[in-house]
Amino acid sequence: MPTIYIDGQALEVAQGENILEACLNAGMDLPYFCWHPAMGSIGSCRQCALVQYQNEEDTRGRIVMGCMTPVTEGARFSLNAENATEFRSAVVESLMLNHPHDCPVCGEGGECHLQDMTVMVGHRDRRYTGKKNTHRNQYLGPLIHHEMNRCITCYRCERYYRDYAGGKDLGAQASHDHVYFGRHEEGVLQSEFSGNLVEVCPTGVFTDKPFLKHYSRKWDLQSAPSICSGCAVGCNIAPGERYGKLKRVHNRYNHEVNGYFLCDRGRFGSGYINSDARLDYAGIKKPDGSFMAVHQQQAIDTAASWIKHKKVAGIGSPRASLEANYLLRELVGAANFVAGFSDREAEIMGTIVHSLKHTRASNPSIKQMEAADAILILGEDVTNTAPRVALGLRQSVRNKAFELAEQMGLPPWQDAAIRNLAQDQRSPMIIVSAMDTRLDDVASRCVSLAADDIAVFGYAVAEVLAGGKSEDVAVNEAAEILLRAKHPLILSGSSMSHTGIVNGAVAVAEALEAQNKSAMLSLCVAESNSLGLALLVDSGLKTKPLSISKLAKKSSKLDALIILENDLDRRSNKADIDLLVTGGAKIVSMDILENSTLNNSDLVLPAASYAESQGTLVSSEGRAQRYFPVYRPAAERLPSWQWMLQLADACEHKTLSELEHFDQVVAACAASQPLFATLVDVAPLRDYRSQGQKIPRQTHRYSGRTAMNAGVSVHEPQQPEDTESALAFSMEGLNRDEPASLIPYVWSPGWNSNQSLQKFQAEVDGPLKGGTAGVRIIQSTGLGALQSSEPAEPTLKPHHWLLVPVHQVHGSEEMSANTDEIAELAGRAFIGIGEKVAEKLDVAEGDGVVVTQGKTDISLQVKILSRVAKNCVGFSAGYSETLGLTAGSLVSLVKDQQWVRATSQMIATDKGTGTRGGSAHV
Amino acid sequence: MIDAQMIQTDVSSALSPEELSEIDGELAHVPYKSGAAIDALKIVQAKRGWISDQSLQAIAKYLDMSAEELEGIATFYNLIYRRPVGKKVILFCDSVSCWICGCDGIKQKLTDVLGVDYGETTQDDAYTLIPVPCLGACDRAPVMMVGDDLHTHLDEAKIDALFSDKNKKAGGNS
Repeated sequence: MPTIYIDGQALEVAQGENILEACLNAGMDLPYFCWHPAMGSIGSCRQCALVQYQNEEDTRGRIVMGCMTPVTEGARFSLNAENATEFRSAVVESLMLNHPHDCPVCGEGGECHLQDMTVMVGHRDRRYTGKKNTHRNQYLGPLIHHEMNRCITCYRCERYYRDYAGGKDLGAQASHDHVYFGRHEEGVLQSEFSGNLVEVCPTGVFTDKPFLKHYSRKWDLQSAPSICSGCAVGCNIAPGERYGKLKRVHNRYNHEVNGYFLCDRGRFGSGYINSDARLDYAGIKKPDGSFMAVHQQQAIDTAASWIKHKKVAGIGSPRASLEANYLLRELVGAANFVAGFSDREAEIMGTIVHSLKHTRASNPSIKQMEAADAILILGEDVTNTAPRVALGLRQSVRNKAFELAEQMGLPPWQDAAIRNLAQDQRSPMIIVSAMDTRLDDVASRCVSLAADDIAVFGYAVAEVLAGGKSEDVAVNEAAEILLRAKHPLILSGSSMSHTGIVNGAVAVAEALEAQNKSAMLSLCVAESNSLGLALLVDSGLKTKPLSISKLAKKSSKLDALIILENDLDRRSNKADIDLLVTGGAKIVSMDILENSTLNNSDLVLPAASYAESQGTLVSSEGRAQRYFPVYRPAAERLPSWQWMLQLADACEHKTLSELEHFDQVVAACAASQPLFATLVDVAPLRDYRSQGQKIPRQTHRYSGRTAMNAGVSVHEPQQPEDTESALAFSMEGLNRDEPASLIPYVWSPGWNSNQSLQKFQAEVDGPLKGGTAGVRIIQSTGLGALQSSEPAEPTLKPHHWLLVPVHQVHGSEEMSANTDEIAELAGRAFIGIGEKVAEKLDVAEGDGVVVTQGKTDISLQVKILSRVAKNCVGFSAGYSETLGLTAGSLVSLVKDQQWVRATSQMIATDKGTGTRGGSAHV
Repeated sequence: MIDAQMIQTDVSSALSPEELSEIDGELAHVPYKSGAAIDALKIVQAKRGWISDQSLQAIAKYLDMSAEELEGIATFYNLIYRRPVGKKVILFCDSVSCWICGCDGIKQKLTDVLGVDYGETTQDDAYTLIPVPCLGACDRAPVMMVGDDLHTHLDEAKIDALFSDKNKKAGGNS
């Protein structure tokens, strides 16, 4: 550990870091713009200047850039030398020449890195009186607002969008004083990770467009630590609320999971929470089929009269918390509890749970996946099924570049040099999928195979690893890259609805382990709590858990059925649903948004969304994480776990009626099986206090707390009390040094922007001072997870195609698809076909095709795929139009002659006037 | 001064066989296709006068680049024209040597004769006037280029001689 001297103060610093990092680690405020902990240094903005002295005698020194200067033993620097402070102030002044004075109307104001740095360097008076450069802004789609005049040309946006996230359609244009960052022409940004521009841009060039429509300042937002419910990755998020509306979602740092970045579904997909389609009150179905609103107690009493001492079954949900599912299972009894997966998914989840419980391979976090130096992907389009993982994999393939850099003695933060050195040399990644995936551009080889053949491919690789032989070049290559790697990663999952693919991936991982290679095995699952639910049902019974179809068959024997946050249309077929609905059982349903399952119920209970309730979700990494309510649910909505407790209480349930608080529910759930024992450690209990106080959800500058509802009532309401967690709906208390799972937002004196995160990190780019949120609950037995079920050959019929589910980051996920912006990006449901099939059917992109599966005919829009396995066609999975289609079934296709092509989706009011960048004086 | 009627029509959005073979020639010298980006832009500009959106997209596609990537290169360089220019481009040096030798007066003369200022194209589409910081001929300042020809030791008479045909028409053209 070298010792360096900064203004005479000796500092022990880590070998290999740069002076900027060393200063930040020492708690010093050295301003910067272009450097980013995840993206390294390029020395472009000249802001982190300080003076370096040759030796003790040198009093003049020279200006160096902190982010570009490596630490060396005995090096001497000054942060406070007059020429250094003057230099930094001059840099800000020069950036300010063209920066508009529009902070009051800017969406970045109050959390702006440029504002912070300007104050930090002491630049106060503007001397420049000339004209400022102005630019035309572009329409960049429904998510990102563009305001180029605010740009300080730090290049962070381009480096993030292109270099880090692999986007192609945003870049720097022009030169000298009219550099412009935008697209070649107006249009929707194509990257699934475009939203991070909002947090990466140090000023207000790229801001959150939906947030701007109902804007509040950061200091006026009430926030809570939360977990994204958009998929099973479990990214940590910090949603912000004001006036009873969820305003926006920001990233919440988790060193192991999402780091600094989210996907666009996670950031922008929560608009449904403010939707008018949400239930406010409980409702009892009247004979005419409409619902009569009733109060909570009446609803509970009615439900209890149907449930108490009766034969009751329950259907859980992979998108509801572990606690709510657990309570339902206890309420109805394990034998009467259906997880709520579709039958097919239940089978795959069983396989995945078995694999994770016994495999010798490790189940990696995203951080660990980023260290992979060879990757085999079987069947997943990761960018669309576990988006944040795909962003991690884009960093994994750069390990080749870091390897080359190490040989040259380049530190890993020398970003431009390393990219220049490596060009397009990447670590190997082989993708075996039915059709093109959004990672194809960084893959060393893509293989297009039907689902069964992907499974066969997996087994073949395993066989070669075990010393066998294969004729297939790709199989041999896959085995070779995995064997040669230090950290091989095998990634698969449930998205193809095919158990054999998962088994094939497990076989590869086990074969590697058998060769004494430590392999990583990551299995993507569908929903935010798919794995938690699968673990819950896996433990409950000796026999196979009950499925929806089996429950449907015995529905006539049921008195009542309780459905937890589950739209059966997405899990089951019409025949089974009809059996359940007409079987005579009274149906009690609770959910967030209206859906057909609620409409089929006899009693509906309004459930709180993730932003209004707390619970535990288990991510595909096996990480149990807690989300907390950002604000109190409106009207008579209640979190599902509270509905369950009230139902249990009204039914005088033996054990559950003892429970009152969330912590008690967690403790009961933890005691229910050994695997869940550590659930009590996921987050501090409700009696936790920091400096003797609860953690405030509101900032200390939160304004109008007693006045903001004066338009409704002049009586000052009492602040709501949170009896269930260590967080307070208040500005009192200290948001500092708390455990990571309780950090509601980041702020530090002088650091109002999200860059204040570094004050919460134990070291630059390291874990938080409060540790890493979440507990990994699956401890594998290490006995090996091989399941030998060689898949069968598919039975093909002439002129028929195999249906492959195509998942879309926008549109395939149930809840986020109800958000306007996401629905706009999702577009129409589609059938994906190869060029040859399109030629045969005489259709082009945007035309219509009638898809016939058994007795079902569905007209879908044609999407042309760039590569596709023989005899396969894809359909947009999870769209309401395609719920009748089944993965793996055979369909016939004909051109739809009546099809009307969609007109362009661009929203006229959003459209700017300019068409292309360029500067123009006003 | 640039208006609709002056915008030259792009030959075609597709690259001509001639352009393609010249670009292929450049591709042979570079390890990555994108390495030939500048040369490809120059080749197409030489044939078409400027780089239209369509040309840019066609080149980008041919070089496996995104339009944004190529746009970044095309707009970085002053001498890649992303807007239509006249048949000949006048690069007038206004850097220090030429300035000392009185280029300001000659620039005024040029503007009077042609009826256009920097960044503008004459109405007959013959010339576009662009300032340039040094042509590497300071020993013969003031200088300018008209098309591919370098003109040195400029004075007002030389401007008159060069654009004598223009001079007659230019009367009401400013």
